[in-house]
Amino acid sequence: MELDVLKLALKERLFAEQVHQRMQVDVRACYQCGRCTAGCPVAYAMDAGPHQIMRGIQLEQRDWVFGRNTYWICASCVTCSTRCPCEVDVARVMDGLRELALEEGIRPSEQTVKVFHQTFLQLVRLTGRMYEPGLVGLYNLRSGQLLASADLGLPMLTHGKVNLLPKRFPGRGEVDRIFARVATQEGRR
Amino acid sequence: MTRYAYYPGCTLEGTAREYDASTRVACAEMGVELVELQGWTCCGASSGHATDYWLSLALPARNLRLVEEQGFDAVVAPCAMCYARFRHTVHDLRDPEARARVNALLDAPVRGEVKVHSLVDLFFQEEQLAALREKAQRKIDGLKLVAYYGCLLVRPPEILSPDDPEYPTMLDRIIQAAGATLVDWPMKTECCGGSLALSRTDIALELTRKLLEDAVRRGANGIVTACPMCHSNLDTRQGQINRHYGTDLHLPIFYFTQVVGLATGHGVKELLLDRHLTDPRPLLAEAGIS
Repeated sequence: MELDVLKLALKERLFAEQVHQRMQVDVRACYQCGRCTAGCPVAYAMDAGPHQIMRGIQLEQRDWVFGRNTYWICASCVTCSTRCPCEVDVARVMDGLRELALEEGIRPSEQTVKVFHQTFLQLVRLTGRMYEPGLVGLYNLRSGQLLASADLGLPMLTHGKVNLLPKRFPGRGEVDRIFARVATQEGRR
Repeated sequence: MTRYAYYPGCTLEGTAREYDASTRVACAEMGVELVELQGWTCCGASSGHATDYWLSLALPARNLRLVEEQGFDAVVAPCAMCYARFRHTVHDLRDPEARARVNALLDAPVRGEVKVHSLVDLFFQEEQLAALREKAQRKIDGLKLVAYYGCLLVRPPEILSPDDPEYPTMLDRIIQAAGATLVDWPMKTECCGGSLALSRTDIALELTRKLLEDAVRRGANGIVTACPMCHSNLDTRQGQINRHYGTDLHLPIFYFTQVVGLATGHGVKELLLDRHLTDPRPLLAEAGIS
């Protein structure tokens, strides 16, 4: 009986088990065929391929996994999950790793990706919908690349693709409450 | 006349205004009535699911509840991103535990039983294709087009239910029925890097360059898409790509609804074809489409 409790306690501490519980994906099914990495359009920019991340989780290499840029670079194209012969949802694991890293305050190797997502969501929370010029402006400011994509600003404007001012949309109140409830549910303030 | 709740999504009111205008034109031609959902808000897009699973369900769930409240049993989302997020949400809400948890995040509960259609779904069935063939009176065969699906119309196939995740033909069939010349394209489901367009622009440029160059190499003079992120990447970044890689790309990118609109006799201005950064008008003139 005591041994069972001990075993259970140990099991719960396993990284692969945490991934399984939280993301409903059992990476232990992965037999390292490498098909995910072969089809990944952004693998060339990663410091470890998706199949290596699966292996890292299997081998309990938590710090190593979180130290890679793989899950920040992932473009969410879902080619990996679609082609996996073991039906491992690799793309869902990438989402889950990003989520965990944010929760645990792990410094992202791709700071700009984090800044982009956070800016996007903050703007949605504020107005209820995405305000594109605001996203570009605020993102540039926060990521320290003031002139990124600036060459597109004028053409976008002259082609009528820019709403000059943000609006506040009906429904933004509930959107704001959704964000607040999600934060409470997850124990954030 | 078939009637659907219409969820334009944020980009269709900004950078993808052409998609909204041409969607309304193409649907009117096909006898589809779109009723814009009152009070819709953002689906959370990639930033939602990239950082918070429950948020990524709750934001679309609010809109699905509006669809139910406003008396529709189906919603159409032209944007591939919104479409994918709605489909994921409906799928995951089938689990009663997940539904309860999401409902606790909303002001009022959602049943999660409405049908979610991409706009492509409303055009590619044999019956609609036959109707389009009949209506497509204007000659547009000077347009040699590849169909570009990208990611969010086809993957994951269990949730998005394309005809084939690796080699879909839904858009191809629409292009043919409209009377344009279809060019076969093995890269039709490759990713353009849309979600990294601002945060790792170098990656987006590289993936986009590969697509554009390959389409040109195969003899296409235009690309057809059904996704605002793909369109934005492919259309607006050609100048940057040319400067960065020393290429000389000028390949017009069309929403499939614009092709349908052209084929059924609608004009450049009505379809907002003058709003693309890579101007399609020289090509249209060359192809004898005024």
